[in-house]
Amino acid sequence: MTIHQLSIFIENRSGTLIKVLNALKEAKIQIIASTIADTAEYGIYRLICSEPMRACEELKNANIAVALSDVFAVEIDDQPGRAADAVKIFSEAGISIAYMYSFLLHGKGILIFRTDNNEKAASVIVANGLKSIDESALTSLV
Amino acid sequence: MSRDEMSALQGKRLHKIVEYVYHNVPFYRNKLQELDIRPDDIQTIEDIKKLPFTTKKDLRDNYPFGLQAAPQSEIIRVHASSGTTGNPTIVGYTRKDIGVWSECMARCLTAYGVTRDDIFSVAYGYGLFTGGLGAHYGVEHLGASVIPAGTGNTEKHLKLIRDLGITGLACTPSYALYLAETMDKLGIRKEDIKLRVGAFGAEPWTESMRQEIEARLGLKGYNIYGLSEVMGPSVSYECQMQHGSHINEDHFYPEIINPTTLESLPAGQTGELVFTTLTKEGMPVLRYRTRDLCSLLPGTCDCGRTNVRMGRIEGRSDDMLIIRGINVFPSQVESVVLSMPEFAPRYMLIVDRVNNLDTLQVQVEIRQEFFTGVFDTPAAVDQLEKKLAAKLKSVLSIAAKVQLKAPNTIERSQGKSAHVIDKRKL
Repeated sequence: MTIHQLSIFIENRSGTLIKVLNALKEAKIQIIASTIADTAEYGIYRLICSEPMRACEELKNANIAVALSDVFAVEIDDQPGRAADAVKIFSEAGISIAYMYSFLLHGKGILIFRTDNNEKAASVIVANGLKSIDESALTSLV
Repeated sequence: MSRDEMSALQGKRLHKIVEYVYHNVPFYRNKLQELDIRPDDIQTIEDIKKLPFTTKKDLRDNYPFGLQAAPQSEIIRVHASSGTTGNPTIVGYTRKDIGVWSECMARCLTAYGVTRDDIFSVAYGYGLFTGGLGAHYGVEHLGASVIPAGTGNTEKHLKLIRDLGITGLACTPSYALYLAETMDKLGIRKEDIKLRVGAFGAEPWTESMRQEIEARLGLKGYNIYGLSEVMGPSVSYECQMQHGSHINEDHFYPEIINPTTLESLPAGQTGELVFTTLTKEGMPVLRYRTRDLCSLLPGTCDCGRTNVRMGRIEGRSDDMLIIRGINVFPSQVESVVLSMPEFAPRYMLIVDRVNNLDTLQVQVEIRQEFFTGVFDTPAAVDQLEKKLAAKLKSVLSIAAKVQLKAPNTIERSQGKSAHVIDKRKL
């Protein structure tokens, strides 16, 4: 039920982000969503893209520290309060969310998040009728 | 003592120490036998040129007690200093060694003008490092009051300096400047304190640093030199002339050699400083190569002492760094980095001095293969950083700030200083 996110180590100095983006551009990889978790000296650049497995290989070939992480993509209505409703379900099930980001796609909200317990999260999604999106569905939506 | 008397004494002691190590240290017996030298071939101090050299590598290869000459039951103290890799250099002292050391240290203090009426604060690190305990025993031997301040807790130390009327101070010159800065911060003026003598060493310092320390702390600052492989602080000391450091050469015989050809160099020429311990029992060394570059000063000193003086340390013939008074070898960092598969075998040491305190930053590259999905949060990366920092601290004895770099961002280059950027202006 999870999808692949690329997690990329980038140093906090000019020229590092463009190196990653150029490598993706050359490989004709499309970025669907991205966010950077930064510290004073480096950041973890997280991104959802088309063909994540190939993207990962291409970045590795470009000598970039990259890894694949399993995250959930849940579709919600683009209405106030829907994100709160979704997160409340996990919170009540005792599932911690390590990080989350969101974006709009064709008028729908997409929540991307990583949990401390993917198996349990998956069953909570099913039990509560949340609409999780798999990788092929997400990339074909673009 | 006249020069002739000194040479005669040194010759006699050299013969004795060679005989002693020949019978007690297999390492030296083998070396001497290889060179076909018998202890009886060594009678005068000039014969020293026949003897083999000892290097830091020899100490490492014989870790931990291989070069110890005295039986363990005679050893009453052990100090350790940085080795070139993971293993420190271990030095054992007999009761007599501690006595000689204290006596040599008391000579240094006397040359600085310290008497039993002084209150003397030792702000070198106490512990495995020889600085703290070495200076401490010397002050006690002289009969002055010793304040074992140690390092750290600078504000409390300054309070004691002011309230107790402390007159003498032993520490690294950079720490002396840090004290001065903290005084300014706390609003303590040099008129409020009674410091008059400083024994500064364990790291190289300049004449301009001396002027600044003397002006800001209101004392006279004297150089003290030493290394644990030979004894510890007190191998040499400045006198009132502040022109070169007198070597306690009845115990530590100095030579200057060309570090490449190993030939002896005459007084006045700069080369590598070599010491032979003439009286040590615990771990005597023959012609130990210090890797410190300096010269022996020709002529006699106006103070009246006849023992030879060495000039300022002008550099090193290896890549050792002295950071906050602690010896650091880039190879130590290398051994730590190589022990962690998460990092590529590339690293860079960046040394700087911020507010008169040395800082060390170690840059390492994350290895592509070890960057896995768990590293999708800064917290996970921080943990890796902390793991490396803790390992570095345990091997180096000083804290280093770790900076993680992306793969292939540290330049791979050849040469001994390729792993070090030293931004300090010394």
